[in-house]
Amino acid sequence: MSSWVYVGLFFLVGLIIPAGAISAAWLLRPRKPNPIKQMTYECGIETVGDSWVQFKVQYYIFALVFLVFDVETVFLFPWAVKLGSLGMFAVIEGIIFILILIAGLAYAWRKGMLEWV
Amino acid sequence: MTVDQIIFLIAAASTLFAAFSVVTTGNLIRAAFWLIGALFGVAVIFAILHASFLAVVQVVVYVGAIAILFIFAVMLTRKDMRDQGAQLNRNWKFGAFLSALVFAGLFFLLRGWGGVSKTAAAFPSDFDAVAELGGALVSPDAYVLPFEVASVLLVAALVGAVYVAYNHK
Amino acid sequence: MDFLKDPLQIAANWLFGILAGWGVADLWAQVLIGFLGIFLLIALLMVVDILLVWVERKVVSRFQSRIGPNRVGPFGLIQPFADIIKLLIKEDTTPEGADRALYNLAPVLSMMSVLILWAVVPLAPTILGVDLNIGVLYIIGAGAIGTLSIIMAGWSSNNKYSLLGAFREVAVMLSFEIPMLTMMLIPTIFAGSMGIAAITQAQDVWFFFLAPLAVIIFLIAAIAELGRAPFDMGEAESELISGYNIEYSGMKFGMFYAGELLHAFTFGSFWAILFFGGYRFFGLEKVSAFLAIAVLLFKAFIGYWIIMWVKYTLLRIRIDHMLIFNWKFLTPVAFTLLMVTAFMNALLAASPTWLYVGGMFLSNVLVAWISLELARFAAHKEREKTENTLTADARR
Repeated sequence: MSSWVYVGLFFLVGLIIPAGAISAAWLLRPRKPNPIKQMTYECGIETVGDSWVQFKVQYYIFALVFLVFDVETVFLFPWAVKLGSLGMFAVIEGIIFILILIAGLAYAWRKGMLEWV
Repeated sequence: MTVDQIIFLIAAASTLFAAFSVVTTGNLIRAAFWLIGALFGVAVIFAILHASFLAVVQVVVYVGAIAILFIFAVMLTRKDMRDQGAQLNRNWKFGAFLSALVFAGLFFLLRGWGGVSKTAAAFPSDFDAVAELGGALVSPDAYVLPFEVASVLLVAALVGAVYVAYNHK
Repeated sequence: MDFLKDPLQIAANWLFGILAGWGVADLWAQVLIGFLGIFLLIALLMVVDILLVWVERKVVSRFQSRIGPNRVGPFGLIQPFADIIKLLIKEDTTPEGADRALYNLAPVLSMMSVLILWAVVPLAPTILGVDLNIGVLYIIGAGAIGTLSIIMAGWSSNNKYSLLGAFREVAVMLSFEIPMLTMMLIPTIFAGSMGIAAITQAQDVWFFFLAPLAVIIFLIAAIAELGRAPFDMGEAESELISGYNIEYSGMKFGMFYAGELLHAFTFGSFWAILFFGGYRFFGLEKVSAFLAIAVLLFKAFIGYWIIMWVKYTLLRIRIDHMLIFNWKFLTPVAFTLLMVTAFMNALLAASPTWLYVGGMFLSNVLVAWISLELARFAAHKEREKTENTLTADARR
């Protein structure tokens, strides 16, 4: 039996318990909806415009930079596991791998892509 | 049917359903969330195949990074992109025919292959897939060059992203 | 005495015997026992979570020279239960234009992403949910689900402030995940395994002494990951009212709130497990499993208390400062530390323990000192530049 079955059980119970708590509240709570109550909450005044606001491109850039480094670190995990028994050669390889990526970070920095405003 | 098969069938069915919903739903953000469901189903299938590392990487990279990137990209667009236009264009009959053809071809190919009905050999008890992968990634007679090239590729992606955004500014 | 050492195994064997007596197949008996064990663990976590509400309120009031809840029950201990009743019977409104399915799913996912983290937490040498050999990455994967729940809540509420809060929060969480992942590589290098149990077992010397700088960077990244002050972009009350959970009320809000508290406690325990030996404390864990759990909880509470201390001491940082701090300082320092650690680990592999620990500690201090000096230098230059432009403006 794979240990993932237990992880699956964890997911299941982790879903059931919060869902159960919310359902219990659903059974107990009062229901008196009216149009004013169901307006979106915005400092007590009526909402102006749509909630689909356009975001600045910076969010996308940071997500892209994050993606690159995320993939990189995932590559490094197997390397780190085996590192103790591989000696200096593997260490140097890993350091080269990281340095190439840091060069990428430096490039983005120089181009001003890491500025938020 | 064994437990593994039942879990596989459930996971595969929900993956396919989620993938189908991605292309049929009209709302872009909802499509992104369905896509996350499909990617998660693939992670479950990796877990059934005892590929723990790949299963987790699937969640970390695809759900944790790429899906978020999609949602950010969708939010960069104007609202006009939402809920407009028909879901099908006039090429849909041709597309359906092509996909049915590919499915039939794959089906006949795989029917002739005996690997489907075989049971996989059990892993030795001291087998550590992650450590093996780590060893293979840095050993000179295995994959050290692809490992370093992957780093260069990632930098190329970063530079490309910077260039695209730089023009945008 | 066996029961004290390994209570779970004995209880499981006992149950297994009973179920076998009833004629239940072995496989289903195992699954059923696993289910019961997991249910018990998660139910216990929810009880701890309820107590955390009280702990948090008591601690924050002490930081702010108040007494905190003290009316309901001794020391106000019954207060959180009164809160739960309030949450249960509170009317729950769904804003118009909300995406109902996602709106209702988000709080459940938020809580689930925290609960499933405990699958890999080794509570004692013999009590451990699942010994995954990729435990460290599993933590990040569960965090990805948490990120998703925030963006889900923010988008489905059909509220500008929710969406803004969710997007800012997610941008911060993503950014700080890089130093966090990098700092998780360091215990992995020392232990030679990604399994959380193996990392605990490998800590004959606490990894704190091998990588003190990693401990600090991990704490900063964890606080950002939790979305707590000074990194509470998602809920910035004074700017975004309440961020991504603004439209939620009743038990759905309760799930976000409880999830946040338990998340903080969980990261306190991960901090303890990765760097402070987890349940290990001078061989105490070998005496009894219950003592081991007590040690782990004690360490986790210290971690949780430090996270609270930071939260109630520092002010919120602006989002651009936060991201610049991460990408221009924390991430380069984290990668430098990783390279230095990997190098020193290989260099000192054959040396005696005292030299190994001393060398590691000193290299960490050196990296910290150099990076702080560089940051100071950059800050001075920046200030001079600003002052020069200011005086030039004044002369004109």
